[in-house]
Amino acid sequence: MQYMLLINFPVDEDLHATPEAWTAYTTALVESGAMVSGAGLQGGETATTVRVREGETLVTDGPFAESKELLGGYYVIDVPDLDAALGWAARMPNIETGSVEVRPVMVSNAAPVASL
Amino acid sequence: MPDEDAIGRAFREEGPAILATLIRQVGDFGLAEDALQDAFAAAVATWGRDGVPDRPGAWITTAARRRAIDRLRRERGLADRIERLARLAEQDTSGFDPPDDPEPSPLADDRLRLIFTCCHPALALEARVALTVKLLGGLTTAEVARAFLVSEPTMYQRLTRAKRKISAARIPYRVPPPELLPERTSGVLAVIYLVFNEGYSATSGDRLLRGELCSEAIRLARLLVNLLPTDPEALGLLSLMLLHDSRRTARVSADGTYVSLEHQDRSLWDAGRIREGNQALQQAAALHTPGPYQLQAAIASIHATSPSFDATNWPAIASLYAQLFSLTPSAPVRINHAAALSFAGSPQAALTLLTPLLSDPTLATYTPLHATHADLLLRTGSPTAATLAYDLAIASTSNAVEKAELLRRRAASVAADASGRAATA
Repeated sequence: MQYMLLINFPVDEDLHATPEAWTAYTTALVESGAMVSGAGLQGGETATTVRVREGETLVTDGPFAESKELLGGYYVIDVPDLDAALGWAARMPNIETGSVEVRPVMVSNAAPVASL
Repeated sequence: MPDEDAIGRAFREEGPAILATLIRQVGDFGLAEDALQDAFAAAVATWGRDGVPDRPGAWITTAARRRAIDRLRRERGLADRIERLARLAEQDTSGFDPPDDPEPSPLADDRLRLIFTCCHPALALEARVALTVKLLGGLTTAEVARAFLVSEPTMYQRLTRAKRKISAARIPYRVPPPELLPERTSGVLAVIYLVFNEGYSATSGDRLLRGELCSEAIRLARLLVNLLPTDPEALGLLSLMLLHDSRRTARVSADGTYVSLEHQDRSLWDAGRIREGNQALQQAAALHTPGPYQLQAAIASIHATSPSFDATNWPAIASLYAQLFSLTPSAPVRINHAAALSFAGSPQAALTLLTPLLSDPTLATYTPLHATHADLLLRTGSPTAATLAYDLAIASTSNAVEKAELLRRRAASVAADASGRAATA
């Protein structure tokens, strides 16, 4: 079962973790066989938000929501269940200052999963 | 006529265990619940005609599994149903499951799986509490809604969303592995205690059903103790709830108002509950791993076995509160510690303990703090300051009964102040 780990950083703080810590984390994911994909994102100041309202395209500067935390990157992992995904989330290098949202990836009808 | 009593009894007593096994076998909460309902409906018809079978639970389990197979066969577009059907059909050839089998596993494990899954921390706390009562207590959605004072559609939504998350996010249906077990067990205990407190602290709502929540929590704790017999805190929680519950009838006066511990008629306390609570506490103590529930149970045990409020062993209670504070530091524990010290005859030491809390802005309107502070000031011979502290306590409460009691004590404080001034004049 695939889960996306959405990595959130506090807006006004450092990344907390070193590049070495991120490399070690990614290596651990790859070696465990859980790694599907992942990437860091450029800073929130580089974000552009697009909306279409009543046929009109609105393009605005910055991320969609004003928030104290900002999406900084993601991993997609393939693990047996939510507990395994939560275990990886708890090991995220920035976990002591940021947070990780764990979301199951929606599965198409072509590739069903058992409910439990 | 069908034997409604036998069916009702089977549903209440065996339903949760059968459901726990079905969920494992069919791999789906909703399907398992529907199949179980089908099986009970079938029981009403069949048992009325043929009489109640020797082992009603076994009959229901097998009937429910066959209904689940029927439902899966009827479903279209469910790509994994063939695998599930094969698994279920294989289990069906094994014949009746004996739900009243004295051997512990795997049926006991199924119920433990169900408890841990219902109390998974990825579910909202209110959903954990509702799911636990619904699935392990065998209550209907309407009954759970009534017990938690929400509408039936709201409760239905809450339960449906939780079950959907278990399935969609794939929360594992299992007892967690050893490394997760301690933290997950403490979560399960917290949910059971919440169920108890819903029934215990409530002054509104359907009193009968709220009282049943206390009984339900005790039943769940007994189950957990059976399943995890060497968990000292599970025993501690069972003991704590039994000892609290022993005072159920004494806590409310004839006219429906709350009666404090000091003024309760101790002859109304349930001796059987007290005996059982003390036994559970002794079993827990024998495991030599004290914890917060055991310490609170030990305090409740001293109260339960004291002949009167004044003859209570207050120094022992103060010492237990000190230990409790070292494990779970909180303002209420410290305030209770101070109160116990003052009842033990050391109001000055109690005042010293309480003073740091008075500068905490988050406690500025916390009634128990000001009420205890006022009481300590009065006992240490500062009635003027006590009167001011009572004013703060009175201003911070919106409970009429509590306010009346505080006004009475304030009047006593003013009188003491006046007589003190007269003596020195």
